[in-house]
Amino acid sequence: MSDSSDEVNAYTIRLELVDEPGELLRALHPIADNGGNLLSIFHERGNLTPRGHIPVEVDLEATPERFETIVEALKAEDFTIIQAGADRYGEALTVVLSGHLVETDLSDTLSQIHQSGNATVTDLSLSAPEGTDDVSSARLRLATEADAAEDTLAAIRDIAAQKDLCVVEPLTAGGDA
Amino acid sequence: MKVAILGAGAVGTSVAELAGEYGHTVTGLADSGSAAADADGIDVDAAIASKSTEDVIGSGDPSDVLDGEYDVLVEATPTTLGDAQPGFDHVRTALERDRHAVLANKGPVAERYGDLRELEADSDGKVLFEATVGGAMPVLSTIDDFGPDHITAARGVLNGTANFILSRMGADGLGYEHVLAEAQDLGVAEADPTFDVDGTDAALKCVIVANVLAQGEREYSLEDAEVDGIVDVPGSAIDLAKEDGRTVRLIGEVAENGAVRVGPRLVPENAALAVSGTRNIVQLETEHAGRLNVSGRGAGGPETATAVLADVGRLPE
Repeated sequence: MSDSSDEVNAYTIRLELVDEPGELLRALHPIADNGGNLLSIFHERGNLTPRGHIPVEVDLEATPERFETIVEALKAEDFTIIQAGADRYGEALTVVLSGHLVETDLSDTLSQIHQSGNATVTDLSLSAPEGTDDVSSARLRLATEADAAEDTLAAIRDIAAQKDLCVVEPLTAGGDA
Repeated sequence: MKVAILGAGAVGTSVAELAGEYGHTVTGLADSGSAAADADGIDVDAAIASKSTEDVIGSGDPSDVLDGEYDVLVEATPTTLGDAQPGFDHVRTALERDRHAVLANKGPVAERYGDLRELEADSDGKVLFEATVGGAMPVLSTIDDFGPDHITAARGVLNGTANFILSRMGADGLGYEHVLAEAQDLGVAEADPTFDVDGTDAALKCVIVANVLAQGEREYSLEDAEVDGIVDVPGSAIDLAKEDGRTVRLIGEVAENGAVRVGPRLVPENAALAVSGTRNIVQLETEHAGRLNVSGRGAGGPETATAVLADVGRLPE
């Protein structure tokens, strides 16, 4: 067993960048300056999030200690971090909703989630194998503010109860299983 | 020890069959209408044979067993909710006679924990109930060994039927109704699987764990639990989870703040919690030793009987 802190691990950081020149480079500085070894950058130009931001996924290698410093440095520069490492910061949440999604107005469901305050839907996948008139499911990826995951889930539970939808929630509270 | 057994279903008969191997004498075995009782030990094989051929255990009355001679009463009648009768009164009788009680019946421990502990306090007998949570898995005795103060939270897969259905739906892309019918054919699901698929059974187990962890500071019953089952989880939800490297499991949890919840959850596909088939798992968050996983067979006659007999072995002579 080695829990030593000088062991180098691979990490993934997901960011949302404002669509302005130079933003990507600005985001990479805190990584390189703090001893992170960049492995790959996936820059989804043209694929805007609902907030009009550009999602970027950065794979890097660092020691756990350096990785924490990198995340802190990114936060200090006001970057929106969706995910850092293995869901460590709890800022990305995935839920699956099932039921009569289309009949109960999916876009209204999404905007209610938005209006509930702390969350933004960053990704949506819909599966309706029986057609949209029947029961279908949607997987939502949500970005929440730090420590707001519980509030966001509570809001989703309320919305789902109103619309008689089934919610499959993520594990919470240290829930990396 | 002299062991009397109420309830002659899969668990009760397995306890009767295995008791001799553990060095105990079965002085009584009863179902709801008939019984065999003998202070020197009944003929277990004859009683079980009679039950299976004539649906009668013996010529005696169930009260002969309850009021007969034993050191420990094993309560293995079907779980009932609310007042938890008649199981609760069976345990009351044993404790009022200063005898020990070992329960496989979840009702009294989940629905009337305070009453049960009060009866125990007034008795020279002890109450143990390892078999009520997770079949063969040593969940409650592990909590007892660590000390409930050193366990901050618990969660797990506590219903094999629901887990079988979800894992089969996930592996083969089959619908809920199809897999349920298959589970019934295989004997994994009962003819009436309501308590398994609506989350009640898992919730009762979580409530019991919550009662043990709370150590009397707070008493839980089923109505304190927030419960969702798997009936409304369509195949499409599991497909979407899979695309994302996850799967769906019916997870019961007792959170650090004491909240008890049961519902379908997204679990990483390769996580310890994502057990498949009828397996169960419980994860305990310990104060000083990180996470502890206890996994194994959570139901079945001989499996649950081993937990009952482990409890009998823990009792003082």
